[in-house]
Amino acid sequence: MSDLLDWARTSPVPMVLLTLVGYLLGCRLRDATGGHPLAQPVVVAVLVVAPVTALLDVDYRAYLDRVSLLSFWLGPATVALAVPLHRQAHRLRGFVMPMLGIVAVGAAVSVTSGVLLVRALGGSDVLQRTMAPKATTTPVSLALSESLGGIPALSAALTILVGILGAIAGPALLTLLRVRDRRARGLAIGSVSHGIGTARVLHEDEVEGAFAGLGMGLTALLTSLLMPALAWLLFTRL
Amino acid sequence: MLRGIAVLLTCQLVGEAIVAATGVTVPGPVIGMLLLFTWLQVRRVDITAGASGDPGLAGGTLRAADVLLRHMQLLFVPPAVGIVAYLGTLRADALPVSVALVGSWALGLAVVALLAALFDRARVEAAGPVGPAAGEGA
Repeated sequence: MSDLLDWARTSPVPMVLLTLVGYLLGCRLRDATGGHPLAQPVVVAVLVVAPVTALLDVDYRAYLDRVSLLSFWLGPATVALAVPLHRQAHRLRGFVMPMLGIVAVGAAVSVTSGVLLVRALGGSDVLQRTMAPKATTTPVSLALSESLGGIPALSAALTILVGILGAIAGPALLTLLRVRDRRARGLAIGSVSHGIGTARVLHEDEVEGAFAGLGMGLTALLTSLLMPALAWLLFTRL
Repeated sequence: MLRGIAVLLTCQLVGEAIVAATGVTVPGPVIGMLLLFTWLQVRRVDITAGASGDPGLAGGTLRAADVLLRHMQLLFVPPAVGIVAYLGTLRADALPVSVALVGSWALGLAVVALLAALFDRARVEAAGPVGPAAGEGA
């Protein structure tokens, strides 16, 4: 019995299967609710995986190690975002340069407002630096947090949270703001909620998905470029 | 399909190599995405190549990409499980973290969406009276 439990803790099979089952349950729930915004497969999967790993006494590091088989595909999937963009490339005409400017402004607003809000509510200097890169995709967020002197793992967690927030509430907030243009909607979701927001809108509309992927990529690029200047401004001037 | 995966991995590999060589803080896969987009555009790959069962490199790439993207949320489950591990450390700073997270997210979203929509409207007006179909294709 304890041999079986040891196997369950150390083999990749139970953890990969658990993750897959959680995700599939999430997909069923999404489809059963007619695509309810709260029924994001990734959220349901976390709610399934977290208690089971706790019950089996598998800590997060060990879990991550067992499911590296799945995490590996995140890289190729990010590259694959070029495909919906290619399909929608005719919608890019005359939009490229303004889009670069818009996403740059968005990146600066995300970083500045994140830092200043934490500061205004009494958060520590380290917490402000940890919050700064949260709108970028996880690997960028980790790297920028490290170079800023934040807590990289916490930045990654905030990044994931803001992604889930975008998947759940992004489209509704855009509708509330009366933004109907699907390019603008996609670009905005990708700019603040990276891959997780992109994954949701890609499921619902290819134009929005394509521009979300682009928004995510450009935000990663431009935030990295702007961060040294923003950090200087926010942490030495203000 | 396998050839398509090889194309995706090649783009990622070149992207990672560029990152390693230049030291920019952009992930290799994001550079790889820009490389793949350039390749698809330069080769003028037929956007229906994936669906029409094109056995070549282009069709395979489109099919592989579609499979990966259809279940992209699955790939975010492993990093998302980590939030649970960090919620405890956030408790003391719950107020600044949650307000800053939601506030700055909403602000960023609104700024990008409204500027992009504004630009689009200005351009449509500058183009003069065109039908909705012409505006869509322009």
